[in-house]
Amino acid sequence: MLAELANLSGVSGNERAVRHFLQNRLKGTRVSSTVDTMGNLLVRKGAGSSGRRVMLSAHMDEVGLMVTAIQNSGLLKFKPVGGIDSRMLVAKRLRIGDKGLPGVIGAKPVHLQEKDEQKKPFREESLFIDAGFAGREEAEKHIKPGDYVSFDSACTALGEGYFRGKAFDDRAGCLILLELLLENNGFNFDAAFTVQEEVGTRGAEVAAYRLLPQKALVVETTAAGDTPETERDAVSTSLGKGPAISIMDRTIMVSREMREELAKAAEKAGVPYQYRRLTGAGTEGGAISLSREGVKTAVVSVPCRYIHSPHSVVKESDINDTLSLVRTWLEYQQ
Amino acid sequence: MEETLKILAETFGPSGDEEDVRLLIKDLVKDWADRIFEDSMGSLFVTREGPAPKIMVSAHMDEIGIIITHINENGFLRIAPVGGISPHLLVGQRLCFKDGTAGTVYHEKIKERKELDWSKLYLDIGLKDNKEVENGVRIGEMACLDQPFKALSGGRFMAKAMDDRAGCALLVETIKNLPSTLPHEICFVFTAQEELGLRGAKTAAYRYGPDYGLAVDVTAVGDTPKAPTMEVSLGKGPAVKVKDRSVFCHPRVRRLLVETAEKHGIPYQLEVLERGGTDIGAVHISREGVPSGAISIPCRYVHTSSEIIDGRDLNFAANLLQKALTATWPNPEELHGQ
Repeated sequence: MLAELANLSGVSGNERAVRHFLQNRLKGTRVSSTVDTMGNLLVRKGAGSSGRRVMLSAHMDEVGLMVTAIQNSGLLKFKPVGGIDSRMLVAKRLRIGDKGLPGVIGAKPVHLQEKDEQKKPFREESLFIDAGFAGREEAEKHIKPGDYVSFDSACTALGEGYFRGKAFDDRAGCLILLELLLENNGFNFDAAFTVQEEVGTRGAEVAAYRLLPQKALVVETTAAGDTPETERDAVSTSLGKGPAISIMDRTIMVSREMREELAKAAEKAGVPYQYRRLTGAGTEGGAISLSREGVKTAVVSVPCRYIHSPHSVVKESDINDTLSLVRTWLEYQQ
Repeated sequence: MEETLKILAETFGPSGDEEDVRLLIKDLVKDWADRIFEDSMGSLFVTREGPAPKIMVSAHMDEIGIIITHINENGFLRIAPVGGISPHLLVGQRLCFKDGTAGTVYHEKIKERKELDWSKLYLDIGLKDNKEVENGVRIGEMACLDQPFKALSGGRFMAKAMDDRAGCALLVETIKNLPSTLPHEICFVFTAQEELGLRGAKTAAYRYGPDYGLAVDVTAVGDTPKAPTMEVSLGKGPAVKVKDRSVFCHPRVRRLLVETAEKHGIPYQLEVLERGGTDIGAVHISREGVPSGAISIPCRYVHTSSEIIDGRDLNFAANLLQKALTATWPNPEELHGQ
């Protein structure tokens, strides 16, 4: 199911396909769901008491691109949606617009570059999308400015227990929430599948306002730094060491109490856990914790290598361990 | 006030772990409050009841510090900033944890000063390896600058965390000195996590739903050698805030503060701060909007271990706040369209 979720196109603001997938999976189960004006899918499991409930959140959107102009040549200009490293864009396969037209990111080939050009990475301005049109008129029949563009990379199993693909950030979180909604656990909680996280945690802000939770847990995907160039002391998270508990990021300071709850849940569930050493970058934790009168909020993440690229890598055991941790934590909240 | 300021400034309270400061303040004001409560962010609300309108007066409890992100096998602690703290200022400084554990910061080998960033810094608390880590010093725990409060010549004071324990001290003194009946309700809010982006003030303002907002915080000065141009000096009285990066103060509230100062012969300065923000940045856009203003205490070397303020500024600020809070505030309805 991770592959199915990750393969869907759902660039921030265009999460429809992901939402429909989740809605279909939830059909016939005993949960009630609504979609708010921003497109968040809010699902309630169990009736429970009438008091304030526990909220889990995972974002449906992924980073991608948007077509901004069609040139006379038929090539397309674009802008990134969310945090994209423009140095890794060249020669990537794309899906463009609602129909998912194939395309590729083009750039000046090495033969035609000046010596000093060869030393510098491509900047966004010098890149373009080639979707196979001979001129503006032809292109305009199929594409218009504002069309969303997502990476075209199918989720693939690697080696022993790893996956390569796009959008694990945060379809891994979506998968975990979906599993907890589908399984027969008898828990009472609200699950928010949110929109527009990658452009500033916008969906979570209105979702938290609406759900008015008593407590919240954000289930995210975070950058792993366990690759050779990173010094050991500076590794933020590592694959295979289990869910990463945040202590602080740009948007939230997680309380000692909430961190300890998560660590205890991991121990109880018998899964390894690690702390996320990076204190930068933002999550929905900020928007949720500052909603209305404030909400006790924590963040737990699946570590992910090469995050925000078309080919990120996650380890299956980390996803399973994160699911176990969240399940055990939820059990304590009932 | 000096004694209150001293104990407040020396208390441990980085953003997100303001508990010690909160307990201290609670104890200091409990006999003068009608109601005391806390919210989920850790802000402390101290209410003096009265008729409408409702005025929220805030000062933040938190100070800048560092957080442990990793303890390596040799027992060195890797750290990240909590709030706007410069890695250059930390080298050689003593830090202190909540449980009293002390340590100092140094850096890996570097060729030039400008290479120094957080990844090069480490904190040494005297461990030989990561096995002997004490209970209170774990990943996620925070430390603060560790410097005692000193009274300087000329009636000036030097301490860490003047930002914003000076404001807290001022609020505590004000709570104690208010008359028994008030023309309006006042909620003094000692906020959490201001240094991380006015977070405590945001949820506090939503919860209390005030008609007016006031904040007391420190502000930078322009009276030191080759300082960036700024029209605020130490010792010339409290500053009535015009703007900073987080807020344009409501003209009616600013006028009330200025007129109060003039009426009572309290020296004041006007503050136009290009950087920085304060609690009312979050308060003034809470819910449907809250007309807000601020009184600032001039402070040198903000966000260092040795912040300096002038005792006279503090006393005049207390006087100004006291007079402003016992004045008659306009009906909030009258402000619409102004």
